[in-house]
Amino acid sequence: MAGKTLFDKVWDAHVVDTVPNGPQVLYIDKHLIHEVTSPQAFSELEERGIPVARPDQIMATADHNTPTVDQHLPVRDVLSRNQLKQLTENCEKHGITLYGLGHEYNGIVHVMAPELGITQPGMTMVCGDSHTSTHGAFGTIAFGIGTSQVAQVFASQCLLLTKPKSLRVNVNGKLKPNVLPKDVILYVISKIGTNAGTGYFCEYAGNVFEEMSMEGRMTVCNMSIEMGARGGMIAPDQTTFDYVQGREFAPEGAEWDKKLEYWKTLPTDADAVFDKEYSFDAEDIEPMVTYGTNPGMGIKVTGTIPDKEDVNLEKALAYMNFKKGESLIDKPINYVFIGSCTNSRIEDFRIAADFVKGKQKASNVNAWLVPGSQQVAKQLVAEGLDKVFTEAGFALRQPGCSACLAMNDDKIPEGEYCVSTSNRNFEGRQGQGARTILASPLMAAATAVAGKITDITKQLN
Amino acid sequence: MEKFIKLTDTAVPLPIENIDTDQIIPARFLKSTDKQGFGDNVFRDWRYDHEGNENKDFVLNDDTYNGPILVAGDNFGCGSSREHAAWAIGGYGFKVVISSFFADIFKGNALNNGILPIQVTPEYLKELLQTIKDKPDTKLTIDLENQILTSPAGDLEFEIDPYKKVCMINGYDDIDFLISKKDKIEAFELEQSY
Repeated sequence: MAGKTLFDKVWDAHVVDTVPNGPQVLYIDKHLIHEVTSPQAFSELEERGIPVARPDQIMATADHNTPTVDQHLPVRDVLSRNQLKQLTENCEKHGITLYGLGHEYNGIVHVMAPELGITQPGMTMVCGDSHTSTHGAFGTIAFGIGTSQVAQVFASQCLLLTKPKSLRVNVNGKLKPNVLPKDVILYVISKIGTNAGTGYFCEYAGNVFEEMSMEGRMTVCNMSIEMGARGGMIAPDQTTFDYVQGREFAPEGAEWDKKLEYWKTLPTDADAVFDKEYSFDAEDIEPMVTYGTNPGMGIKVTGTIPDKEDVNLEKALAYMNFKKGESLIDKPINYVFIGSCTNSRIEDFRIAADFVKGKQKASNVNAWLVPGSQQVAKQLVAEGLDKVFTEAGFALRQPGCSACLAMNDDKIPEGEYCVSTSNRNFEGRQGQGARTILASPLMAAATAVAGKITDITKQLN
Repeated sequence: MEKFIKLTDTAVPLPIENIDTDQIIPARFLKSTDKQGFGDNVFRDWRYDHEGNENKDFVLNDDTYNGPILVAGDNFGCGSSREHAAWAIGGYGFKVVISSFFADIFKGNALNNGILPIQVTPEYLKELLQTIKDKPDTKLTIDLENQILTSPAGDLEFEIDPYKKVCMINGYDDIDFLISKKDKIEAFELEQSY
């Protein structure tokens, strides 16, 4: 019998029951919730008189619909305020821990849960947010769910699921200087497309991922959903264990030793077989930018937009106001956003600050920096990065999802381009008529300084 | 959940690929705390311009095409997990979405709201879209019991998870089923080996 994958091992350990010729009942260890996708689930339970089964295994934060300025004041938008109020009331009523606005642990759900040690290897985790795939960086089965499923987990701490197929993406070799984890995942998606992973759970393997920090691994796993995969995982190793150990909710003492022993058994067996596999050479990857309206429409920054007959390409380019065959270098950019659950961790800001130090933001650029959590914000100050950014003319805001989905006031105006470290360049994603160019924090910082897209490879070499 | 057994009606063609959940329901409309009213804003930024005027070119504003069946391009529903997308599609009045490919989360959300996603081959989709374009009053029949889609493009046997089929036909949802497994779930918790 063929060996087991990392995914198989974690999945199989969580199967409670199997419906004949049907789905399986999968036990969920941790359920993360936020204000936007939980209210209807709480209402559903209430209407049916069902209690929340395991409130201790649920953790709540407010992030999607929160302002990134003046968080100490009441939220001005009435609908947003109501949504936040409902979250608070629901959590109080059901005994769920909430790290609300202003709390020292508040932040984007996929930033704050790992930094608190809530995310641990070998777990099953869900959240009503497709970027829950982020937590797969720890060797965790983590995936986004709809609100009906949020209600199911509330009611039973389980989900009914059909086991997905297995996919492995291998990247081996030596990355070029200035090629960041964001470039790696944008490159992979540009090669395999936005639906190559649909129906699959992905594992990222190879020395490139092994050598990445946990922050980098989270950036990669975060964007698994952008290639259609419900989740993406990386085998837990010493880097993972070192990151988790000592954090607020990490196991301690004998419990830690026991878990560690188990976590070390999780990596994919050498003889395991995947349903689908892709391999790439690290040397081929360069700093990336997107030119279109889905994350698969990416090119190396020195490249040109594909020149081919394709109605979808034409529709995307009409929206973006780009032409086939042209380069993006020297395109003037008025907005830069460094933030989101993809790239708002301390390492992302260190990279940006390192580039920005001693330089000034171009006068045409509005540069928004939105840390992923209160803890990241605090760390920025502790390391003096806040000064680097403010002296360079960047606006440092308070934590939240912000301009990644523009539910709050952080919207990019119509027709404007934004070089963004977020995960989606869909039409209108960052505001009605806004045009998003996805890139790494380094590319974003360089754009802010130049006021236009620049060839980062040339600048730094 | 409303039952779904059989449906014969006309369809609305939307031959755009990779329709993401931000197009189905833009994030600025996610501030509501109930499930009602999302249909008014389905495909909002394609249906209306920034001043709120109808975009006459968009299919939902074109009286030629009507019906509770949406026929859409490949990879429908990609992007976020927001179930608001399914509430918007259902709220507008669609009961079936036909495409050559669906994103996972949207597919699950649709099924959990009594909306039937039917996956067809790219060739079938192309022919179906052309048929509807040429003859907007073309009627399609969806027979869930026998898993057959009937249209001038041919009879097509579609797939659906057998468990989900039972749920759709009877209007059941997963919560009741999961709660019925309470004893097994508690036994599992006691024996947790990981």
